[in-house]
Amino acid sequence: MEISKAAVAGTLESSDCMVTVEPGSGTVELDLESAVMRQFGKQIRKVILETLERLDVTNAKVTVVDKGALDCTIKARVECAVYRSNDVKDKLPWGGAIR
Amino acid sequence: MINAVGREIPDEILKATGKEPFQGNNYKNGVPFRRMAPIIHPVMDNQHSKLVASIREALEKCHAHSGMTVSFHHHFREGDLIVNMVMKEIHDMGLKNITLAATSLGKAHDALVPMIEDGTITRIEASGVRGKIGEAISNGKLQGLAIMRSHGGRVRSLVTGETKVDIAFIGAPTSDDYGNLRGIGGKTNCGVLSYSHVDGDCAEYVVAITDCLVPFPNFPAHISMTKVDYVCVVDAIGIPEKIATGAAKPTTDQRKLMMAEYCTQVVVNTPYFKDGFSYQTGVGGASIASTISLTKIMQERGVKMGFGVGGLTKPMCDLLDMGLVRVLMDTQAFDLDAVSNVIDPKHHRITAGAYANPFNKGAFVNKLDYVILASLEVDVHFNCNVVVGSDGVITGAQGGHPDTAQGAKCTIVICPLLQGRIPAICTNVTTVTTPGESVDIVVTDYGVAVNPNRHDLLEALKKADCVPLKTIEELRDIAYSIVGEPEPVEFEDRIVGIIEARDGTIMDVVRQVKQTEE
Repeated sequence: MEISKAAVAGTLESSDCMVTVEPGSGTVELDLESAVMRQFGKQIRKVILETLERLDVTNAKVTVVDKGALDCTIKARVECAVYRSNDVKDKLPWGGAIR
Repeated sequence: MINAVGREIPDEILKATGKEPFQGNNYKNGVPFRRMAPIIHPVMDNQHSKLVASIREALEKCHAHSGMTVSFHHHFREGDLIVNMVMKEIHDMGLKNITLAATSLGKAHDALVPMIEDGTITRIEASGVRGKIGEAISNGKLQGLAIMRSHGGRVRSLVTGETKVDIAFIGAPTSDDYGNLRGIGGKTNCGVLSYSHVDGDCAEYVVAITDCLVPFPNFPAHISMTKVDYVCVVDAIGIPEKIATGAAKPTTDQRKLMMAEYCTQVVVNTPYFKDGFSYQTGVGGASIASTISLTKIMQERGVKMGFGVGGLTKPMCDLLDMGLVRVLMDTQAFDLDAVSNVIDPKHHRITAGAYANPFNKGAFVNKLDYVILASLEVDVHFNCNVVVGSDGVITGAQGGHPDTAQGAKCTIVICPLLQGRIPAICTNVTTVTTPGESVDIVVTDYGVAVNPNRHDLLEALKKADCVPLKTIEELRDIAYSIVGEPEPVEFEDRIVGIIEARDGTIMDVVRQVKQTEE
């Protein structure tokens, strides 16, 4: 998917994360900040990049501020931000790109 | 060398400190030692005045010098003004290489970080450190070592002379002009002065700092004039609303209430729950809730407590008011109700030494049936960590954790399975502060685990069928199945602190944290 405009999903509450996607400059550029960086930084990065890959996002600037969210939450927030940036509100591909 | 809790204690740190690695709870039991005798400056002249006009004058009269050790107590908790006030004066005098030997340090002392950076303070000895000082130590800013000791361990280190205090500063809610000190009766009350007793006994000079000078004699004194060299009156020694909060509202957090209920069920279904039992608990939401639910069952069954000990809170003082506990033994008042309850004749003040010193002829903790504790992390060996955060940064204090855990017949640790994404039940704690051999039962929101060494307790709980029993490994596996297995935190080689066991051996070391890339 193209990231045609900036979009945000999530909050800065404990156990959530805030994901911002913006149009990129040719690649996926990830800026990650996390309350549990030392213990889960690599895992969080992996989950974000895998989710973007499944959604065919190859050109985006992604900023994630994580407050200790579980992997399922991180996935959901990333998916939501990407779909929001494309104004997709219904007929979401549950079980397809979103799983 | 690998110590008794499986931690590698490098030879260079054993050599540098002259300490032994931890070799089990009772390694020093019965081993004789000679108590350190302090230097005393006697007062015979009846014209002698102990009053000094300023902290500076007190420091000068006590021959303050670079390289000295100064001590403080933490009864004023996050409302303390004394440590910063004195250290600023020491800094202004240009003194360097100071050992700060406080009973504990917190966020109230964030202002000391620049003094760590400029070499005014080069060593810290405390129960633990919260706030910016903890971060500074973990980032390698302290030139020397930070030594973290339990409350009982600190008393031991002073009476053996391992820690030699040059000047002790005792913040006193009331004092007379001759240094009879009380924790009550003033405008900044903390209830008791238990932690400072040993400083009065062992320091070369003792300076009382008060904001409420009262007529002689200020009696019954909590610390006697016979221990005090100088008295300094200042405008304020603490911020009352930060010293002792109002009684904590009973929690409405369902997770904590559930753990409290499990905890109470564990207590009433183990063999020590009978008339005259003894009990200590902390100030956390689940601890307070469990005291309240325990009170109900005590009333129903007509079981009374023999004594309650420790840092005291309103629910414990309520037990006294209701006649459900014979006496309270107090080392620290956690809320205003506990402070004002100190005047009750059945509410006794005890010293930190009587409470927990492993090197006297028997402390109160040894007589405990139950202690209810919290922990940042508990591992599958039942080792607890209450000092170093899961991110490797120093963020807590030993307090009386290792003392009461060893002393009590039934040590219960309440700990939610997860703290955000951090699994509190894990394979190996970041740093061991309390050895697993002291910990009997772990209560989490996902079930209760009993130390396999305690068949008796496990059988009693199985028979009662009162709580969901799990093994500690099962609890760890549930935690990891939800959040994933955390990666081990990366550290630099440099050792910035040591976790001392009660008996002065080394339980674990704390290393400098690696800077994260992002």
